[in-house]
Amino acid sequence: MRKPSIGAFLLALVPFVAICFSVPLWDRIYPMVLGLPFNFFWLIAWLLLTPLCMWGAYRLEAPRASDPPPEDGGTP
Amino acid sequence: MNSSVVALAFISATVSAGAFMGFYAGTRRKMDLEQWIVGDRGFGMLLVWLLMAGEVYTTFTFLGASGWAYSKGGPVLYILGYQPLMYVVSFFVLPQVWEVGKKYRMQTQADFFQIRYNNKYLAAFVALVGVVFIIPYLQLQLMGLGMIVEVASYGAIHRTPAMVISFLIVAAFVLTSGIRGVAWVSVLKDLLLLFSAVFVGVAVPYIYFGGIGPMFAVLVRTKPAHLVMPGATTNLGHSWYVSTVLLVSVGFYMWPQFFGASFSAKSSDTLRRNAVVMPFYSITMPLMFFVGLAATLILPGLPTGDLSMLTMVRKTFPAWFLGLIGGAGALTAMVPAGVMILTAATLFAKNMCRPILWPGMTDQRVAKLAKTTVLVITVVALCAAIYSSPTLVSLLLVGYGGVGQFFPGVVLGLYSKRVTMPGVFAGVVTGVFVFVALWLTGHDPVMGLNAGFIALCCNVAVVVAVSLLTPPERCGFDEHPRVSIGA
Repeated sequence: MRKPSIGAFLLALVPFVAICFSVPLWDRIYPMVLGLPFNFFWLIAWLLLTPLCMWGAYRLEAPRASDPPPEDGGTP
Repeated sequence: MNSSVVALAFISATVSAGAFMGFYAGTRRKMDLEQWIVGDRGFGMLLVWLLMAGEVYTTFTFLGASGWAYSKGGPVLYILGYQPLMYVVSFFVLPQVWEVGKKYRMQTQADFFQIRYNNKYLAAFVALVGVVFIIPYLQLQLMGLGMIVEVASYGAIHRTPAMVISFLIVAAFVLTSGIRGVAWVSVLKDLLLLFSAVFVGVAVPYIYFGGIGPMFAVLVRTKPAHLVMPGATTNLGHSWYVSTVLLVSVGFYMWPQFFGASFSAKSSDTLRRNAVVMPFYSITMPLMFFVGLAATLILPGLPTGDLSMLTMVRKTFPAWFLGLIGGAGALTAMVPAGVMILTAATLFAKNMCRPILWPGMTDQRVAKLAKTTVLVITVVALCAAIYSSPTLVSLLLVGYGGVGQFFPGVVLGLYSKRVTMPGVFAGVVTGVFVFVALWLTGHDPVMGLNAGFIALCCNVAVVVAVSLLTPPERCGFDEHPRVSIGA
């Protein structure tokens, strides 16, 4: 299988950092945004921002996927 | 009495409408194994989206999410963490799986392992682990369904007959229409679930507090600790959150039924676009949290959090609305259960019985055995559900610890030429063993980390070490697809 492009991979890493690894930074009540505690607001916001990142990744990956696949003896 | 009749009528009408769609979807089509299990690989974007949303948003969405918000508080946020991330992972896995699936006519997850690693014992082991962990997931759907119907009918239908009747309907439409039937029931189910989640999630805070913001203002004043991790628990803190979110987001599409559903798509691009838009449907989850959080203030001291949402609805809305929610809840159990039964039965017949016990079986015989197995699995899950009752989420997390162990074999199988069959086999066995040992001895979470995550780390280490120690192999995906394993 062709490996994904670096760009798509980096775009996919953004939601992982924002949602998963940075939890001590955003798991708090204040500042409250739109009446929601900050942790609820942050994760709901990323429900909407994740598709944006992945749309970028799609724009990078879709044209590569429709190219003819490399035959045997191509890059391993 | 009167209100229970009204609610009952609405539940029955909803379930009947769903069952009708399920049966109708399969008429006028010849049901060979290929049509039954992967819908002839013909589902477009909309049907794939509905099927995946239908499978993914289970009774757990209905009961478990509000239940955890009620009983545990902050840790429930892990659901909002893993849901978008599992689609991110799927973007890099499912389209590639679809490509090789199309080329080699794969129908199940175990077929993938069979073709890639060319070992029938590895494939059968993967099938076995899949089936073993599907049973508790199925049990979870059944118990959820029983609870929903019992509460929504004001106790008029006891949970046991509710489970038996609805699962006989599921087995029937799975037998007649296969995956196509399930996808069409999803249409009704997704619409109802979306409608009820949005309505209830907005209306309940509005009725009791004048809005979502004012509700949180009360919570912040009275129970601030409930809103952040570890909430009402002592051991579900940040390290638990990170390890659980990682495990579930990589493990999610390793469920044999979700992995297999990708084969029903029309093209790999369908799956790629689907992965981009799927997180939008998760907006129903915070709404369920709001209902659970409202219940902590309005209905403190319920015996189990799983009932908090339904009890709130029963307290707040008229009988017909409760009936509608009950019907939607029943379908929410029936749709995923349908795919699970279908998948487990096919894995058993095609990847365990044929290669190991009766190598000479024809495809027609495999299809016949799979359909008999549908009934057996339905009965096993029914018995499990009637005779035991742990709370919903803990049962589900057990499953992720098990199926998540397939991840290295799938991803390295797609992207690495160096990974070897003995490496993957040893890794899966290690991962499953470590996880089951930790779980059975009560070590989940262990040192603040999800036990399934620890097992996955051991698994990866073993795959890498054993693969490097064994000689390189020819990748199964470089072979020409001469030998068809499908129907």
